[in-house]
Amino acid sequence: MELFWYIIIASVLIVFFILDGYDFGAGIIHLFFAKEEKDKEVITKSAGLFWDSNEVWLVAAGGMLFMAFPTFYASVFSGFYLPLIIVLWLIVFRAIGLEFRGQFTYQMWKDIWDKSFGISSFLLALFFGIALGNIARGVNLGGVENGTSIYEAHYFFLPLWNSSFSPLSENPGVIDWFTIIIGVIAVITLAMHGANWIILKTNASINQQLKTVIFKLNSILLILTIFSLVVWEIVNPNSLDNFVKKPYLIVFPIIYLTGLFGLFFVKKFKREITSFIFSSMLIFGGISSSLASMFPAILPSTNPINPSLTIYNTATSTYGLSVASYWGIVGIILIIIYLIIQKRLRKGKIDNMDYGH
Amino acid sequence: MEDMIFYDRMQFAFTITFHYIFPQLTMGLSLIIVYFKWKYLRSKIEKYNNAAKFFMKIFAINFTMGVVTGIPMEFQFGTNWAKFSELTGGIIGQTLAMEGLFSFFLESSFLALFIFGEKLMGQKLHFLTGILVFLGSWASGYFILATNAWMQHPVGYEILENGKYVLQHFSELFTNPWLLPAFLHNQVASLVTSSFVVASIGAFYILRKKNIEYGTLFLKTGVIFGVTSSILVAFPTGDWNAKNVAKYQPATFAAMEGIFETEHAGSEIVLVGQPNMVEKKLDNKIAVPNILSFLTYQDWDKQILGMDKFKKEELPTNIPALYYAYHIMVGLGTVFIGIMSLAAFFLWRKKIYKIKPLLWTIMFLVPFPYIANITGWYVAELGRQPYLVYKLLRTTEGVSPTVSSGNTLFTLLGFVALYMLLGLLFLVLVGKTIHQGPKHETH
Repeated sequence: MELFWYIIIASVLIVFFILDGYDFGAGIIHLFFAKEEKDKEVITKSAGLFWDSNEVWLVAAGGMLFMAFPTFYASVFSGFYLPLIIVLWLIVFRAIGLEFRGQFTYQMWKDIWDKSFGISSFLLALFFGIALGNIARGVNLGGVENGTSIYEAHYFFLPLWNSSFSPLSENPGVIDWFTIIIGVIAVITLAMHGANWIILKTNASINQQLKTVIFKLNSILLILTIFSLVVWEIVNPNSLDNFVKKPYLIVFPIIYLTGLFGLFFVKKFKREITSFIFSSMLIFGGISSSLASMFPAILPSTNPINPSLTIYNTATSTYGLSVASYWGIVGIILIIIYLIIQKRLRKGKIDNMDYGH
Repeated sequence: MEDMIFYDRMQFAFTITFHYIFPQLTMGLSLIIVYFKWKYLRSKIEKYNNAAKFFMKIFAINFTMGVVTGIPMEFQFGTNWAKFSELTGGIIGQTLAMEGLFSFFLESSFLALFIFGEKLMGQKLHFLTGILVFLGSWASGYFILATNAWMQHPVGYEILENGKYVLQHFSELFTNPWLLPAFLHNQVASLVTSSFVVASIGAFYILRKKNIEYGTLFLKTGVIFGVTSSILVAFPTGDWNAKNVAKYQPATFAAMEGIFETEHAGSEIVLVGQPNMVEKKLDNKIAVPNILSFLTYQDWDKQILGMDKFKKEELPTNIPALYYAYHIMVGLGTVFIGIMSLAAFFLWRKKIYKIKPLLWTIMFLVPFPYIANITGWYVAELGRQPYLVYKLLRTTEGVSPTVSSGNTLFTLLGFVALYMLLGLLFLVLVGKTIHQGPKHETH
């Protein structure tokens, strides 16, 4: 039952990153590449029409995590207190930018909200990557100092950074050189994903240029991926064990690599959706490979005293999990249906759409 | 310990108070929108369709605000109340996750379709999406109330050796005797807010001599919905809730009614008076004998326990705040019935559109249902103190063990600043929509 809910929640979270990922990415592209007002407008629309129905996936994932793994929820949310609250503020800020940009027509108003949308999208992508980096690196569970825990074994508290910026120190902060690398990978991945979305959904004048951008970013990503594999092994020496023990897990890294190589052919694809699928594979493969490498741990401990948090020692009772699986399955089917209805009714290019916002 | 959690409590109180400005309008308004759309389908008079679309615009602004201020609510269970989440997540996580999956998705998906899809779908499907938005928003209220009902009156649980609460009977979460009255009271109260908003916009258009056709429609609809919901919110739903408090949380009942000393026979009802916590009595009290016993138990002489019968640790921690919140809610509710009945009378005599003082009153009445709704929630939440889960888990035991109060103060100030900006923008946007009026076509 724990495994069932783990897979469900991980899937919902991945869908969230694929869906909301494209509007984060659209924000990053908007910040750096959109110059003409017409492009800016259509790019904010390509995010603005969808962000709220994408963010409900985050709410759903949060709710299910709370229900199924309450100890994990409590530990992680309080341990990452400051970065999480900052993420919340950024989410609010981004939403304001998207919703209020079109409310008045003069240029200065639009410029303000354009920047708010772009910068908060960029920072959110960075923070999400940093969060993944933190989960992969692990934390000092129990707040061990000189061999004794100062909190209960499953609690911790992380400063935003410590002076060494090293993931290998006793009490690493949220931001260190390892998590920054993962953060940059997330920004690049989502920027490409967002660029694909813009190409798919709009007739923006920069679409051809964006394909070149994707190609260049992808080359950087390839280098960073190889680099991160090496440092990952330094930070977490057991990270490849699971793939040796359970060879079928290798499917996740393969999906990632397929996405990575596929994107090099971005200029050759006949259909715009192909490229979008490849960047979705990047996101899916990246997150699932990271999770698979840690399994069954969901938050490794960096000290030898307190055990890592796993899906088994943080789950609620079996009765709770099984009764929830009944409504959970119904709910998941429903939200997939809603998603399909929505995407069908709003397919095609945004420029051609008759929107009334 | 009390000081340690002060900022956590303030932050939750502030963010939830601000958040609840928005859902209390959208829940009720969705019903009124469905009503307008239904009138349009039956009569084919364009006015009704425009009215539905106009209020959906206001709904959408409120919904966006509700989403962005709602996500921090879910997060805060984990960030600030980690111990509470750890211990009870297996139970209240059920209803919260169901809220996300069943209602939030429904509401957000079909709201988008309602706004963008009228031409695409045709009128009947458009009406249907309106109904689905309504169902989504009410289901949302239902699951949140189910969560709160468990905290007020825990049922269907089992306590493990490590102190965690786990679910034993899923169905009891929904048959909780606290749930139905609280849900109905809350939804009707939300209808009070939204009908007052509709009536207020109507009065504004009439006084402004602009969009008169819509002004009369909104005023009429608002007053009819307003008078009905104002009565229903007091009786039977409010009455039913008060009886539940008396039955399940007698200490809370004594505190909110301001009964310091147990009387020998029937209990008086306090209309006004100020709690004096030093001398344990009400100053400047005006009260009517025996009424409270009659209202609560339909028995003039039934004894009601006063605060003197309870240990200090079991009594709510902030008795004056609880007492005032309750009396403000009840007092405002009474005023609403009075004004709306008067308005309904003149509406029936077709004179209301010319009585300026009444129109001005209706226009400026609009903040008060918000105050009544929010003080109502303060009664529920202050009344449950000193517990997070009534009689099981104290508020002091639920807080995050690793987050210092300095961090919480910092984030509280951040929320205050951000929400001030949000509130300002909200007023500008709603003001702009009202100014443009229902006939305004976008694009």
